[in-house]
Amino acid sequence: MAVLQLREALRAAMWEEMERDPNVFLIGEEVAEYNGAYKVSQGMLDHFGAKRVIDSPISETGFSGLGVGAAMMGLRPIIEFMTWNFSMVAADQILSNAARIRYMSGGQYSIPIVFRGPNGSAGQLGATHSNSFEFFYANVPGLKVVSISNPDDAKGLLKSAIRDEDPVLFMESEVMYGMKGEVSDHPEYLIPIGKARVGREGKHVTIVTWNKVYWTVMAAAEELAKIGYEAEVIDLRTIRPMDIPAVLQSIRKTNRCVVVDESNPLASIASEVAYRIQAEAFDHLDAPVLRVTNKDVPAPYAKNLIELWVPTVDEIVKACKAVMYAN
Amino acid sequence: MAIAVEMPKMSDTMEEGLLVAWLVDEGAKVKSGDVVAQVETDKATMDLEVYDDGVLLKRLIGEGESVPIGGLIAILGKENEDFSAILAKYGKAEGASPEVAMPVESAPPVLVPGPVVGEDGRIKASPLARKMAEEKGVSLSGIAGSGPEGRIVKRDVENVEPVAIPVVVPAPIPASVSAPKPTPVAPTPAPKPTMAIGGGHKSLKITPMRRTIARRLAESKFTAPHFYLQVEADMERAIAFRSEMNKLAESRKLSKISFNDLVTKACAVALRNHPMVNASYLESEGEIRLYDHVHVAIAVAVDEGLVTPVIRNADQKGLSQIAAETQELAGRARARTLEPADWEGSTFTTSNLGMFGIERFTAIINPPNAAILAIGTIRDVPVVKDSAIVPGKRMALSLSCDHRVVDGAVGAAFLSEVKQYLEEPNLLLL
Repeated sequence: MAVLQLREALRAAMWEEMERDPNVFLIGEEVAEYNGAYKVSQGMLDHFGAKRVIDSPISETGFSGLGVGAAMMGLRPIIEFMTWNFSMVAADQILSNAARIRYMSGGQYSIPIVFRGPNGSAGQLGATHSNSFEFFYANVPGLKVVSISNPDDAKGLLKSAIRDEDPVLFMESEVMYGMKGEVSDHPEYLIPIGKARVGREGKHVTIVTWNKVYWTVMAAAEELAKIGYEAEVIDLRTIRPMDIPAVLQSIRKTNRCVVVDESNPLASIASEVAYRIQAEAFDHLDAPVLRVTNKDVPAPYAKNLIELWVPTVDEIVKACKAVMYAN
Repeated sequence: MAIAVEMPKMSDTMEEGLLVAWLVDEGAKVKSGDVVAQVETDKATMDLEVYDDGVLLKRLIGEGESVPIGGLIAILGKENEDFSAILAKYGKAEGASPEVAMPVESAPPVLVPGPVVGEDGRIKASPLARKMAEEKGVSLSGIAGSGPEGRIVKRDVENVEPVAIPVVVPAPIPASVSAPKPTPVAPTPAPKPTMAIGGGHKSLKITPMRRTIARRLAESKFTAPHFYLQVEADMERAIAFRSEMNKLAESRKLSKISFNDLVTKACAVALRNHPMVNASYLESEGEIRLYDHVHVAIAVAVDEGLVTPVIRNADQKGLSQIAAETQELAGRARARTLEPADWEGSTFTTSNLGMFGIERFTAIINPPNAAILAIGTIRDVPVVKDSAIVPGKRMALSLSCDHRVVDGAVGAAFLSEVKQYLEEPNLLLL
């Protein structure tokens, strides 16, 4: 085990997989000469050379499409978006091509590609740079969507994503890149895609979450513990496929659930989780499933407003108390 | 690895099984093939065997409880083995501690006396609270809800004592409570959950067998258009014939034959000649099935209902053999040891209430049969013979026919032949 920053854990995953498999390469804006916009790929150009660590122009459609074609021909591209917000430009390559070519070719092609980059809000970046896009991509069959909350998961899941035969969308967060944590250095440290993790055990209420808002949830769970309530926190880790059995197992214990989703409320991942719980654990529910999401408006620029825009500790505590019928 | 013991499917029509008795204690060693419990299905009480060696770690249902097919009954394994994974798999709350004590810091629930009933007469309760109340056999109407707007929640039901006999009390609709705003609930003295004085009732749980009888007979009566044909048979010769035959049977140490056996044989021989009566109307398969064999079922009353064991190929069997089989099957029916093979596959059914002195009655067809014969008692009646009134012996027969297969003339021809055999039983020997 080593203590790494989350950015170092991601780098270690890519590094090890590129050492292991010469077909793996990295492409994106500023990934090579500049060592990555967030220094995730630091040193990789020097080590692997310009054929495998490739700087692209500002052309998301272009380098995403290049990646899809390369994957069809047997390579294993890692596409870095400077932020998932820019993936909107490449959405057609991801949704129409990467997701569907295996299906539409009758299985003649697989697309072993990873699209990765930071997701969600990260300080004062304005309305077009602060979106969480899990809900958008998780809607599409053919894509896997991973959304991590810590360095250890970053490494174990990114290695699994690179080895996966299908497109995996890997969502990080700018504000977590510097986060330090213990990370396995075993070359075969693979966390399976599709398995949730119990971040905190408890018996009074289940909180389902993922990505960086997980840490807001953990702070809320601490607040609840101070007044005697034990919250169980489920980190989904993978949005598609979603580990609903793990959620249900927890609901059967606590009988109550709050979903915390750093995204818009309508037609969201939180909606899906709440739907699945009521459909599959109705008789175990003692209260309606509540969700805490972003406020349903574009991201503000002002710092104090951003803090109100995303799920807050207070809101999470309040929702948990509501489903526990506590005052 | 602990092993789950599930409720097996013991008959074609079984949907759930009721655990009658445990024969093995928790912690006891069992071997593959050991009988660990008795299970009542819709038709019979059967032995539940285990298929593995091990220790009976946990009994998950009590005597008198039922679970659907595939439901968890018990867990086998090695001594002290952890089986929480199995419980989780079957959705059993693991060690749900009865005192999920809410933290003291939270203000005590505001107890309103009795539940708050909405304007539509519904009692507000969480799905979990409803399920818990049902499991405990308590009525929600006697519980005060501490949730928003008086919703009954888990903690409200947890403290309620289960009652011995589940009494389903319809939700009362007190007009005074249906105020538009729920805010300050007036402290009106609410009705206490006590039994009304006088005029009580006792509720019996619907057993799997009763449920099956109810379902099948309702299905038969509501889907098969019944019509009824009635005739009286002169039983004078049959009485003489029977006593003659029984003398012979006694000397040969064979089973004595009853009038019912005579009717069974008469029906069986007549069914051979009337294939449309020995048939099934199978709507879903788009066919009328005419059977090559004649399997006559005999309705037998047992303590909790009715079963219909089958005399197979009754047309080819002698009277004494029919008598012997009938006695054996009826005995096993009353002992609840029949197996599915004993009651499946009938092509026709007879039902006899003659022993209760019933003169005549009509019966509901036993699906998928096309007809059933109801047999009354043999009565002494005055009959007109050669212009004089003389004593006679008569037995009423009522044939219920499924008009989708059996038309009036077809049923009449069959019934008339049955009557002919009973009036001249020697024909049965030809």
